Amino acid sequence: MSKNTKLFKKLVIASVAMFAFAFALVPLYNVFCDITGLNGKPSLARAEVSTAVDLNRQVGVGFLTHVQNGAPFEVTVDQARVTVKPGEMNQVTFSAHNLSNESRTMQAVPSISPGLAAQYMHKVECFCFTQQILQPGEKVSLILLFYIDTEITPNIEELTLSYTVFDIVTDN
Amino acid sequence: MTGAADNTQDSYPQATEQHEHHAPTGFKRWFFSTNHKDIGTLYLGFSLLMFLIGGAMAMLIRAELFQPGLQLMEPHFYNQMVTVHGLIMVFGAVMPAFVGLANWMIPLMIGAPDMALPRMNNWSFWILPFAFAMLLGSLFMEGGGPAFGWTFYAPLSTTYSNDNTAMFVFAVHIMGISSIMGAINVIVTIVNLRAPGMTWMKTPMFVWTWLITAFLLIAVMPVLAGAVTMVLTDKYFGTDFFNAVGGGDPVMFQHIFWFFGHPEVYIMILPAFGIISTIVPTFSRKKLFGYHSMVYATGSIAILSFVVWMHHMFTTGMPLAAELFFMYSTMLISVPTGVKIFNWVATMWRGAISFEVPMLFAIAFIVLFTIGGFSGLMLAITPADFQYHDTYFVVAHFHYVLVTGAVFSIMAGVYYWLPKWSGHMFDIRLAKTHFWLSLISVNILFFPMHFVGLAGMPRRIPDYALQFADFNAIISIGGFAFGLSQLLFVWVVLKCVRGGEKVPANVWQAAEGLEWDVPSPAPHHTFATPPVIK
Ligand code: HEM
Ligand SMILES: [Cu+2]
Repeated sequence: MSKNTKLFKKLVIASVAMFAFAFALVPLYNVFCDITGLNGKPSLARAEVSTAVDLNRQVGVGFLTHVQNGAPFEVTVDQARVTVKPGEMNQVTFSAHNLSNESRTMQAVPSISPGLAAQYMHKVECFCFTQQILQPGEKVSLILLFYIDTEITPNIEELTLSYTVFDIVTDN
Repeated sequence: MTGAADNTQDSYPQATEQHEHHAPTGFKRWFFSTNHKDIGTLYLGFSLLMFLIGGAMAMLIRAELFQPGLQLMEPHFYNQMVTVHGLIMVFGAVMPAFVGLANWMIPLMIGAPDMALPRMNNWSFWILPFAFAMLLGSLFMEGGGPAFGWTFYAPLSTTYSNDNTAMFVFAVHIMGISSIMGAINVIVTIVNLRAPGMTWMKTPMFVWTWLITAFLLIAVMPVLAGAVTMVLTDKYFGTDFFNAVGGGDPVMFQHIFWFFGHPEVYIMILPAFGIISTIVPTFSRKKLFGYHSMVYATGSIAILSFVVWMHHMFTTGMPLAAELFFMYSTMLISVPTGVKIFNWVATMWRGAISFEVPMLFAIAFIVLFTIGGFSGLMLAITPADFQYHDTYFVVAHFHYVLVTGAVFSIMAGVYYWLPKWSGHMFDIRLAKTHFWLSLISVNILFFPMHFVGLAGMPRRIPDYALQFADFNAIISIGGFAFGLSQLLFVWVVLKCVRGGEKVPANVWQAAEGLEWDVPSPAPHHTFATPPVIK
């Protein structure tokens, strides 16, 4: 019987290892996407200011905001689309309004389309870096300072930065 | 292949020996059973029950879709029916049926006295009814059962699901544990208990396909368990695996799910390949053509099945290189699959074919499964899939491979081995009627789905545009006819178990394999001393 027990043990270990592998897929997925930039997640770290500007190129950058799950916010952007030169610093102003009569915490999650463009978007200042606490009825201006990398591949002429806004007091 | 066909049953006196054992009877016999034949019967009976329950849900779905507009049920209830129908058929009907056949046939085919781990065998069956009681029970709770599709994509199953989702999660956990235990048992049995002289390349095809299936199960069922666990913790314990606000990603759910999901579809078809490879030679009175290539094809299909999962996700957006890779790797799977179909046809070629009921189902399998393979190839073409994805074309595809594929193979296997199990021949006239009714109705049911799908009818929707009305009425009629025909199947099986013409040990004369050396009905204990394979 010990022949059976031995093989049995090996197979149980294999099953447990595959269960662990399912969870290992999470960091693997994130690392893979970080390296390849496939899923359009831009970096959430503050970028260094660019030293060079490419005067010969123009890239269109569009902005979208989307409030998730009926969170009581209204978030708008002052310009829906800007045309920028790679390397040049740009400022866009968003405004956020707490529509409820309670204090709320808002988190904006950025996403870039096409996904491969995400690695060329550098944010020097962004309201998505931190959570924003909004008092009842409060309306605030939020700043985004960004530039597009001069290395951006020529086939990307247009990209869209979309913010999904969550109410994290009720979400978590 | 086993070289045992020329041995008469007298060479194995132990096979005929009538045991004077005081086995418990009634409930205790079944509940505490560690006998592979009893447990096989339990699995098969359970699977039949689930097939009928899942089928009843399909009847409700087709009744609602009989005409456009909402007539019988709320959309939320419709969604529950679509979800639970899928879960029941995959985890309750098809998979347990194959495990039941494995339990019954693998020890008989390899000359082993029982499965290697009989007590675990008892456990792996008896936890299943609890899983399905929990899943079905959630339908009657406030808010209803799972309604997010059998694929339970996040955030449908996390943010937008109701509180009964925990029951779904635990049910899937139990089903997963049951399958893993079953798979471990199959592997240990096949590796350790083959009769002396049965080398790997003499091992019957059904045993081979099940061995490879069992490895697939061990590789991917734990991943499914991981996926449902993440859904559970995201929903109830504030983790953010699939929630963007906490740094998670809902698309990652689809990767994890389909890493399980695509091998899973092969889990449901490889044992079918084994059954067909067993039946076709018997009724063609020839050896299986290309046995070695069959073994290698099964192995390649299993390995390739791990590198194609993203063909379910073409529309989530991916770079061109990935689209091309997953398109070609998917198409590559049809090469070993084609080898199998070629080998079956070559086995029949110039054979002395007779059209007994198992052979009828096997031939229908070969033709109709191939149609399902072709629609799969169409879906594998990335730019075309953007059009076909989430339409009835996909529904047509997977029902051809699963109903006229997996389910037909199970019926072929049941008709093939039922006389061995029961000792009686089934009512051939009724069984042929069942075959022809099923064959005609199943095509009325699923073939027009290709057309409405290509015309753009979305799947998983309780209502549809008026131009699809006529086709849907036809599909529903085919559905009701197919559903009713299966009651005839139940009747044929029951009738055969209760009595009928007695059959000899080698029921189908030309059949090869050790299972035909034991008497019919197969006694409770067989091969207490192993046969020797020459
Ligand atoms: C030649 C072999 C096959 C190819 C090329 C193929 C290809 C595909 C593709 C590309 C899809 C995704 C369609 C979409 O959602 O847009 C699909 C879906 C599916 N296939 Fe296949 N397939 C093959 C064989 C099989 C087999 C043998 C089975 C099962 C026995 C199977 C079961 C399924 C199922 C269940 C789905 C739908 C899953 C869902 O979304 O619910 N396929 N197939
Ligand atoms: Cu697939």
